[in-house]
Amino acid sequence: MASPTTTADAAIPQAKGADDNYLTHDKGFASWAFTLDHKRIGVMYLASVLTAFALGGFFALAVRTELWSPGKTIMEHDTYNQMFTLHGAIMVFLVIIPGIPAALGNIILPLQLGAKDVAFPKLNLASYYLWVIGCLCMLTSLVTNAVDTGWTFYAPYSTTTQTNVIPAAFGAFILGFSSIFTGLNFIVTIHKLRPPGMTFFRMPLFVWALYSTALIQVLATPVIGITLLMMMVERVFGLGIFDPSLGGDPVLFQHFFWFYSHPAVYIMIVPAFGVISEIIPVFSRKRLFGYQFIAISSLAIAFLGFLVWGHHMFTSGQSVLAGTIFSAITFLIAIPTAIKIFNWVSTMYKGRIHLDTPMLYALAFLWVFTIGGLTGVFLAVMGVDIHLHDTYFVVAHFHYVMMGGAITAFLGGLHYWFPKAFGKMYNERTGRLGAIIVFVGLNLTFFPQFILGSRGMPRRYYNYLPEFQGLHQLSTIGAFTLGIGFLLTAVSLARALKSGKKAPNNPWGSVTLEWTTVSPPPYYNFHTPPPVTAGPYDGYEDLVYDDKIGGYVAKKA
Amino acid sequence: MSEPSTATEGATKASAPPPAAHDHDHGHDDHGHGDAHHEDAIHAANPHLAHHFDTPQQQFDAGKLGIWLFLLTEVLFFAGLFCAYTVYRSMHPEVFVYAHYFLDTKLGALNTCVLLISSLTAAWAVRNAQLAEKGKLMLNIVITIGCACTFMCVKYVEYSHKYHDGLLPGHNFQPKEQIWELDSFRHKHPEAAEYAEKLAKLDEKKNEKAPAAGAAAAKGEEHEEKMERPTEEELEPLIAAGLVGPRSLDPSAHISRPRMAHVFFGIYFFMTGLHGFHVLIGIGVWVWMLLKAMKGQFGPNYFGPIDFTALYWHLVDLIWIYLFPLLYLIH
Amino acid sequence: MTLNLLALAEPQLPKLAPSDSFWLPVDASITSRNIDWVWEFMIWMSVLTALAIFVAMFHFVTKYKAKSRAANEIAEKSSEHNTALEITWSVLPLFVVIALFVWGFKGYVDLRTPPKDAMELHANAQKWKWTFDYKCPTGGYTDDTLHVPIDRPVRMLISSVDVLHALYIPSFRTKMDAVPGRYTDLWFQATKAGDFPIFCAEYCGTSHSDMLSHVVVHPSGEYEKWLDATCKAADSEVGAPRGAKLFEKQGCSTCHTVDGTPKIGPTWKGLFGKSESLAGGATVKVDENYLRESMMDPTAKVVNGFAPSMPTYKGKLSDKDIDGLVEYIKTLK
Repeated sequence: MASPTTTADAAIPQAKGADDNYLTHDKGFASWAFTLDHKRIGVMYLASVLTAFALGGFFALAVRTELWSPGKTIMEHDTYNQMFTLHGAIMVFLVIIPGIPAALGNIILPLQLGAKDVAFPKLNLASYYLWVIGCLCMLTSLVTNAVDTGWTFYAPYSTTTQTNVIPAAFGAFILGFSSIFTGLNFIVTIHKLRPPGMTFFRMPLFVWALYSTALIQVLATPVIGITLLMMMVERVFGLGIFDPSLGGDPVLFQHFFWFYSHPAVYIMIVPAFGVISEIIPVFSRKRLFGYQFIAISSLAIAFLGFLVWGHHMFTSGQSVLAGTIFSAITFLIAIPTAIKIFNWVSTMYKGRIHLDTPMLYALAFLWVFTIGGLTGVFLAVMGVDIHLHDTYFVVAHFHYVMMGGAITAFLGGLHYWFPKAFGKMYNERTGRLGAIIVFVGLNLTFFPQFILGSRGMPRRYYNYLPEFQGLHQLSTIGAFTLGIGFLLTAVSLARALKSGKKAPNNPWGSVTLEWTTVSPPPYYNFHTPPPVTAGPYDGYEDLVYDDKIGGYVAKKA
Repeated sequence: MSEPSTATEGATKASAPPPAAHDHDHGHDDHGHGDAHHEDAIHAANPHLAHHFDTPQQQFDAGKLGIWLFLLTEVLFFAGLFCAYTVYRSMHPEVFVYAHYFLDTKLGALNTCVLLISSLTAAWAVRNAQLAEKGKLMLNIVITIGCACTFMCVKYVEYSHKYHDGLLPGHNFQPKEQIWELDSFRHKHPEAAEYAEKLAKLDEKKNEKAPAAGAAAAKGEEHEEKMERPTEEELEPLIAAGLVGPRSLDPSAHISRPRMAHVFFGIYFFMTGLHGFHVLIGIGVWVWMLLKAMKGQFGPNYFGPIDFTALYWHLVDLIWIYLFPLLYLIH
Repeated sequence: MTLNLLALAEPQLPKLAPSDSFWLPVDASITSRNIDWVWEFMIWMSVLTALAIFVAMFHFVTKYKAKSRAANEIAEKSSEHNTALEITWSVLPLFVVIALFVWGFKGYVDLRTPPKDAMELHANAQKWKWTFDYKCPTGGYTDDTLHVPIDRPVRMLISSVDVLHALYIPSFRTKMDAVPGRYTDLWFQATKAGDFPIFCAEYCGTSHSDMLSHVVVHPSGEYEKWLDATCKAADSEVGAPRGAKLFEKQGCSTCHTVDGTPKIGPTWKGLFGKSESLAGGATVKVDENYLRESMMDPTAKVVNGFAPSMPTYKGKLSDKDIDGLVEYIKTLK
C-alpha cells in the first residue's frame, strides 16, 4: 500500500493468511454488530429470519392445534385471533419478504456478480437494524395486548379494535423501510458494480430475480408505508379517511393495502424463482433451458404484479368494470409463470441429474408451485372467485405458493449455498430426509384445505361445522409433520456448523462466480477478481469431480 | 472530469484481466503489477473513495442512482397521501371549500418563497462544492438552513393558531370562530357573511327558547311567527359562497359547518406534518454537510453528498409547491 | 315439505346438506350451475396439466439420473433454447386463460346483475349476528334467519353497522362484503327448497366464526303463508314474551346473557333495579329510562369494565319492542 495512513485505505481489508475468511477476519461482538461486510450482514439476517420463522411456526402449530376440534380445543376466541394474526404478520413481514433477498441475497448477490460489496454497505447495515427495530415493535404488540386484526389490518376493524394495533403496524411500517433500502441497494449494485464483462444477459438468474424483486420493493413498499401511517393516525386522532363512522371509506384502505400487498406476493416468490433457476441446471449438469425467457419473465411478472391488486376485492363492492380489468391482467401473469415451470422441467431433459438435498427441494418446489399456480387460476376466474374468496381455498393456495414455493426455495438455496457461506458440509442423509418430510408435511397440511375451502369453510374461523372436522384433523397432522421436518433440518444444519466436514470451494460443480472463490469467501470476496467471458451457465463440461477434496476443480488441459 | 475517466480504464483492466493473460495474482497484497497498483493509487489519491468502488466516478454514479431511487420512493410515499386527498375531495368537495378559509394564505405564501430561496442556495451550494469554494459553500448551506428554520418557525405559528382556534383533526375539532366571522371569508363574500351572521343569531335565539318552550308555549306563538325564514333569493349568496348546498332551499335552512369538516384538518395536519418532518430531516442533513464542508472535504472529485442532499431538498421543496395550492388555494 | 319453525328459532349450527360433488357444496341456485361447470373444467384441466408436468419431471429424474459424482458424466448435447417451443407453450396457455376469463366474466356479470323484478330483502350485519328485515303489513319484522321463496329472484341489500362482514351462502355460490357506511348487494334465485348455511366470510373479530345463520328456502306458495303467520304473531305479542323473542332475533344474545355470566356486555340477570358504576366513575340505578337510553344511545352511559362497542338500536326497535325488552329484563331476577 502506498499510504496506509489515509482513512479509506485503512478500510481496505487485508488478507491475514490462507485461513483468513470473512467469518474469522475479525472477532468479537462489535466486529459483527458494526460490520459493513455484506456476507456478515447476510448471516445476521439469516439467523434473525430463522428465529422469526421458528416463532411464526410456533403460532402456526398453536392455530392448527386449536382447529383439531370445533369450539375450544386449547384456547379462547380472542387468543386464537391473535395467534393467526401474529402467525401471518411474522411470516410475511419478518420471514418471507426478507428471507431470500436480505439473507441469502446479501450473502450471495455481490459474489455472484463479481462485486466487492453492495453499493451502500452502511445503508445495508441500517436495513438490518431497521429489521431488528421492526421486529421489536411486533414483539411489543405480542407481549402487551397482541394485535388481532389479521395481517391485513383491514379498516375499520383495525382502527376500532381494543388490541395493541399500533406497535404491530408501526413494526410493519419500519420493516417496509428495511425492505426498500435492501431493494435500493441491490438495484444500484447491479447497475453500477458489475465488473467489466458482466453484461445484463450474463447475470445469473438469481441476480435477475433479485433485480426484479428490488424494483417491486422500491416501487410498492412506500404505498403500504403511508397506508399504515394513515391507519395509525386514524386510530389515534380519528383522521376520518378509512373509518366510515368518521366519514371515511374502508374500501380505500383495501385499494391502498393491495396496491402494495399484491406486488409483495411477488417480492416473496420471484426470489424463489431465482434460487430454483440456480439449482436445477447445476444438479442437471446442463445449461438452463430458455435463459432469456426466464430472465424477461421475471421482469414481466414484476411489472404485471402492479396492475392486479383489485383481484383481492371481487366481493368488496368494486365496480364490475374494475373487476374485469383486474381479472384479465391476473390471467396474463399466469403465462410468464407457466413459461418458467416448462423451462425448468425442460432443463432436466437429457441432463445428468444428481438428487442432492438442494435438488430435492427444487423438485419439491416444482410440485407444490405447479399446484399453487394452477389453483391461482381458479381464483382469477371471477365467477368462481366469488365462491372461493375468503375461504380455506385461498388459504391453501397462498400457502402452496408462499410456504410451498418461497420457503422450499429458501431451504433449497440455504442447503445449496451453505457450504459456500459457512465452509462446512452438512450430512446429506439428514438433509434429504428433512426435505422429504417437509414435502410430505406440506401437502398433507395444505391439500385438505383446498377441499375445505371449496366446500365452503371460511377462513379465520375459530369454530367450524362438525362436517369439516376430518379434513381439519388431517391438516393438523400435516402441520406437525412439517414441524418435525423443519426441526430435523435445523438440527442437521446446526450440527454441520459445529462439526461438519470442511467444504470444498465448489462442491456441486457450479459455474457461477461465487464458486470461484474459496469457501468461506475471504473478507474481500475474491483474491483474484474473476474474469467474465461467458454466460452464467456455461462450462459444466470444463469441471471435473475430485474425490480427494470432495468437490469440483477445473479440468486440466 | 478527465482524471476519473482515465482511472476508469485502469480499473477496468484491474478487475477483469483478459482471459488469455497468465494467471498471476492480481490481489491487493501484490505490489508488483501495474493494474492493481493503479487502483491502489486511485484509492490513495481519493481518501473518500470507499474500498468497494474502483473510481470516484463510479462512486458518484452509484450515489446518484441511489438518491434518485430514494426520491422515487418518497414521491410514491406522498403519492398515497395525494391519492387519499383526491378521493376525499371528490367525495366531499364542500368540506374543502369550507375549511380552506381557516388557513392563512399569507403565511403559506411566505413559506413558499422561503423554500424557493433555499432551493436556489442549495443548487448554488452544489456548484460551490464542485469548484471547491469552501467559503461560498458554507455560506450557501447556512442560508439554506436559515430558510429551513424560518419555514419551521412559520409552521409553528400556523400550528399554534390552529391549536388555539380548536381546528384540530378528529374528535378534537371544535372551532372557536364561525366561518362568516373570518376575514378571509368576509373579504370574498361580504354579502353572504352578513346574511349568515343574521341567520345564525336567529338560530341562537331559537335554541335559547327551546328549553323554555313548554312554559312559554302559549305566549310564544307570536314570536314564532316573527322569526324570519330565509327566502330563496336571500339564500343565493350563501349558496354561491358554498355555505349551504342547493338542497338547503328548504326554508328551515340554517348555517352549519359541513359534517366532515374535521377531516380536512386531519389531512392538513397529516400532509404538512409529514412534510415538516422531512424539512427537519433536511435541516439535520444540511448541518452534517456544513460540518463536512468546514473540514474542506469537498472538491471536484468528491461533491456527491452535497449534490444528493440538494436533490433531496429540491424534492421537499417540490412537495410543498404542490401542497400549497392544494390546501390553501381552493376554489 | 314441513318446516319446523319453532326448532329454527333456537340457536343451532346450520347443517351442510350432503352434496353429490366431491368438491362443492350442494348447488341450490340458478347461478351456481354456470359456476359449477367452469369449476369442473378447471379441475380436469389442472389435473391434466399437473400430471403432465409431474410425469415429465419423474421421467427425467429416473431416466437421466447420474450414477455418481465421480463418474463425471456430462449431459447429452441438446438444444438449450427453442423459440418455437417457447412460443408454443406461451400461446397455448394464453388461449386457455382467455377462455377461462370469458367464462369467469360471464359468471361474474350474472352474479352481479340482479333481475329487475327481484324481490328485495335487507340484511344487516353487526358483530356478530346477521339479521334480516321483512316487510309486514303493519311495519317491519326482523329475524335472524333468512327466509326466501323458491324460484323467485331475491336481491339482498346488505349493510353493516360496525366493521366489515361478508354474507356468504356457499350453496348459492355467492358472497358480498357488508361495508359500513354504504349498501352493497347480491342476488340469487333458489332452485331447491331446504335449509342452507350462511357464513360471515370477512374477518370481524372475536366471534367471527359464530356469525352463522341459515337460509330457509320455502317451497312454492309456502313463503307467503310463513310471512303472513309470522307478521301476525309478531304483532300480537306484547310484554316479556315479545322481549324474549327479540333477545334472540335482534342479536342481543350475541353480547348479553340471561344466566348471570358477563359476556361482551353485562348480563341481564338481576340487572333491573341494580346500581351500576359507570366508566366515568358515576353510578346509575337501572330503571326503565336507563334501559331505554342504553338501547337508543348505547355509548352514553357505559357500565364500568365493558367496552363501548354496542351499536345503537334507534330506528330498529319500535316502542312496543322496547317495552317488551324492558319487561323481559324485569322478569330476569
